[in-house]
Amino acid sequence: MDPVDLFIWFEDSALGTLIRESMWLFPAIQAIHLVGIAALGGAILAVDLRLLNAVLRHLPPAEVLRETRLWMAGSILLMVSTGIPLFLSQAVRYYFNTSFWIKIGGLIIVVLFTYLVRNPRIRVMGNTATTSAGLRSLALISISLWLVVAFAGRWVGFS
Amino acid sequence: MLALIEWLAQTPGSIALVESLYVYGIVESFHVVALGLFLGTLAVVDFRLLGWMFRQTPVSEITARFLPWTAAGFVIMVVTGLLLFYAIPIRTYQSIWFRTKVLLLVVAGINAWLLHRRMARDRPTWDKDPAPPLGVKIAAMLSIGTWIGVIIMGRMIAYNWFDCDRQPQSDFINWAAGCVVALSDAP
Repeated sequence: MDPVDLFIWFEDSALGTLIRESMWLFPAIQAIHLVGIAALGGAILAVDLRLLNAVLRHLPPAEVLRETRLWMAGSILLMVSTGIPLFLSQAVRYYFNTSFWIKIGGLIIVVLFTYLVRNPRIRVMGNTATTSAGLRSLALISISLWLVVAFAGRWVGFS
Repeated sequence: MLALIEWLAQTPGSIALVESLYVYGIVESFHVVALGLFLGTLAVVDFRLLGWMFRQTPVSEITARFLPWTAAGFVIMVVTGLLLFYAIPIRTYQSIWFRTKVLLLVVAGINAWLLHRRMARDRPTWDKDPAPPLGVKIAAMLSIGTWIGVIIMGRMIAYNWFDCDRQPQSDFINWAAGCVVALSDAP
């Protein structure tokens, strides 16, 4: 089976068809997806700016992570649950869109990095007020990867 | 006002921006991505003011450290936003979405100003409280609500359902968007 057949099937799905044939649904979901950028940005930056010693210096990074964990998970859920319907409505177009694949690849990498590397390291190393160079570099990697996802995401609409 | 906007639209900078292959898209991308910095850091402050997060941290500690990042994000938003307007001035000026966005920006600005005035007055008395007084919470809620509205209106500017060049529109839309409808177009 040609992989594009799978994307044709996505696009023909009930949800994809419903959104594609509606004038308002795509823009409305897109607007919520955009609100999610603000929510997600706050959750990411609270932890990463803490690792960079820019904010909340009296709190250990592990504590900041605990405080923002649900916010982060909720924001990702908001992004994914709005992103998937948007994708379904135009799946074939996205299949041939390089920016889309950069975004999805970057997204998988940054989510794995966040939950398998950054957060576990913070829980182990981040229990004191001072942060090591190692922790600071985790913050820079996190911010850089998220920026790739965000810019590639915006570019999906242009290309 | 419309004459000024029309003049703006035929300046070389405006034409170069709207006709550019990549520059317009890059400016818009920064406008969108900076949302995460501007409203993301503002959300931390609002969540603290609502008593939802960092309840053991004094409010002054949160505002002193996060608001400079919010301000930096705001500068990026304003600079890129003005450029986006400059690229497509007439259509944007006559967009009901853009006009609603500006109204919401004014509401958000007044709300922020009142909140800061209040904080300057009596913050020391509740600075360390896990949850600030009701009036402060309401202002934080209003901040979140108006900014969500600004984002949604901003996104809708891209859609042309209510553009002046798509007549007939209802009288309300033509009035709200400031459309100049020629007599020959009138029903």
